[in-house]
Amino acid sequence: MSVNVTVRKFDAVIVGAGGAGLRAAIQLSEAGLKTAVLTKVFPTRSHTVAAQGGVAASLGNSEEDHWHWHMYDTVKGSDWLGDQDAIEFMCRKANECVIELEHYGMPFDRTDNGRIYQRPFGGHMSNFGEKPVRRSCAAADRTGHAMLHAMYQRNVKVNTQFFVEWMALDLIRDAEGEVLGVTAMEMETGEIFAFHAKATIFATGGSGRIYYSSTNAFINTGDGVGMAARAGIPLEDMEFWQFHPTGVAGAGVLITEGVRGEGGILRNGQGERFMERYAPNAKDLASRDVVSRAMVTEINEGRGCGPNKDFVLLDITHLPPETIMKRLPGIHEIAVQFAGVDALKEPIPVVPTCHYQMGGIPTNYHGQVVVPGKTSQNEVMPGFYAAGECACASVHGANRLGTNSLLDLLVFGKSAGETAVETLKRTPKAHKELPADAFDRTLARLDRLNHQKGGANVHETRLAMQRSMQKHAGVFRFNDLLKEGVQKILEVQQDVQRTEIQDKSKVFNTARIEALELDNLIEVAVATMVSAEARKESRGAHVRDDAPDTPERPNGRDDANWLKHSLWYKDGNRLDYKSVALRPLSVDTIALKTRAY
Amino acid sequence: MNEPVAELRRVRNERLRWHSRRALLELDIVFTRFWQRVGDELDAATALTLERLLAMEDHDLWELVSGRTTSDDPQLEELAARLRATR
Repeated sequence: MSVNVTVRKFDAVIVGAGGAGLRAAIQLSEAGLKTAVLTKVFPTRSHTVAAQGGVAASLGNSEEDHWHWHMYDTVKGSDWLGDQDAIEFMCRKANECVIELEHYGMPFDRTDNGRIYQRPFGGHMSNFGEKPVRRSCAAADRTGHAMLHAMYQRNVKVNTQFFVEWMALDLIRDAEGEVLGVTAMEMETGEIFAFHAKATIFATGGSGRIYYSSTNAFINTGDGVGMAARAGIPLEDMEFWQFHPTGVAGAGVLITEGVRGEGGILRNGQGERFMERYAPNAKDLASRDVVSRAMVTEINEGRGCGPNKDFVLLDITHLPPETIMKRLPGIHEIAVQFAGVDALKEPIPVVPTCHYQMGGIPTNYHGQVVVPGKTSQNEVMPGFYAAGECACASVHGANRLGTNSLLDLLVFGKSAGETAVETLKRTPKAHKELPADAFDRTLARLDRLNHQKGGANVHETRLAMQRSMQKHAGVFRFNDLLKEGVQKILEVQQDVQRTEIQDKSKVFNTARIEALELDNLIEVAVATMVSAEARKESRGAHVRDDAPDTPERPNGRDDANWLKHSLWYKDGNRLDYKSVALRPLSVDTIALKTRAY
Repeated sequence: MNEPVAELRRVRNERLRWHSRRALLELDIVFTRFWQRVGDELDAATALTLERLLAMEDHDLWELVSGRTTSDDPQLEELAARLRATR
């Protein structure tokens, strides 16, 4: 094959320039290491921008708070699947990371006496679950956006080298399994490069585009997760996806919970306020998972709306128009743009929508990628780190608490960078030689795509994947649908292996980029479907119809058999499991109990 | 159209298409509709305005495109209105 691969050498290469990637890069560049950050889009256009809620830290600026209480809430939120060592680490590091961010110039909201203002957020409580506590630090409703700007500026100051509009394609590993960098494509030229590095950090964000209805931006195609899977690294707990009850049907755009807080009502196809049957007290304000499951039950039992009876309605027509325009800014515009309805006069079609990926590339709390080996179930993979939504530390376990996602990317972005710096300083070494087959996987994929004849259409194949995931591994799961879903997604996988693009241009070819992204998405989709089918309990965000709430197994959780992490391997499409770290770093284990609020 | 000119136009459109990939899903959908409508027939003047529009920060861009704010620049305002109307 005649493709030339230019090799560029760096101490560290980071893939992704959202919150986790930027935070890791600061650590490496400040230590004087030559650091490259590859990103498909300009850093401040990463999906971290969409995070509005804030970042959790037990600063105690407004009332008494403690990292141990935060830890308890996070373990409980995770339905005890989170690793308690990593959770303690994250909650203890939160204050330091938030204050550092403040020093980088993050414009946090302030109290009257100039301290960081904190507000309450769902699931965050004081004194081990007693009452809500003000723990979320925010910058108006643009927390993620402000965070990215502060960290990007800091990176510019410390000379991080950004490669903007570059797509990483595959991980490079040698025969000993050590990670030596990535191959990547410069979109502007279509040329292929290798970034040869002593440390490789993945911070590629979530993969929510595997679902038909997703709140994720189009860039969230699971690139890091897909690359890791192709390189033989298992994916952890991929069955756990957080769904938001009210995404606009057919579009996915999120309608904030505040709409129901202001009096919005969910109705089925018969006009019934069905939440009265599922949650007689809280009704439409019940927790996200309860509302989502009720919506899916209504749809599955034929009481949905529209010609296909595949959505329900969020009704705010009984609210005074001035309340809607004043208290719910932006909702009117979203309804008009994405549902084609005037929400003042007509209800908005909504469905439970994929929002956040709890699983990912397995790491320890140092940000190092870990895999089962001969001596331990968590052997460190030399040279490889991951942080943020693409990684599974695992702090979110089976369900993430709001405002813990921004904290995750700060703490573990920093931790991954810090560990890489320490490792490189402790054992200084030259770049290890690249293996002879370093580029083979990438070149074979590109060659196949360039010469495919009579293949599958990329858009249609992606749609088939998204519809299969939505139908078979949605917010409420059924044994028969999951079994059928495994077959369907494997069929889609066959099509992904024979996608064809009409435009073969080298320079700035978005069709090629989308085909390569689909190669990553399908790995995530298969991992999700297979892991979900296999886990025969209900836990956190994974809720099965055949694992209901019983006195013996409250909420359908089965600790005797399923208190363990799933590990999906691409090779052989097989599953393995590893135990949950129940022992924290310095405090007592937060003992198992029923998750109830 | 001769080949070099056609290739220049293709690359310009592809670059703009990629810059239409945003941090917010709202904008991704709006720009997808726009590209489905204009296809490869984007005229030079609109392309220049689109380039300026795409240089905006995502939240500000969504406020403008959704009609919650306005721009002093009549070209940006006109294109934002066109995006808003494309469904």
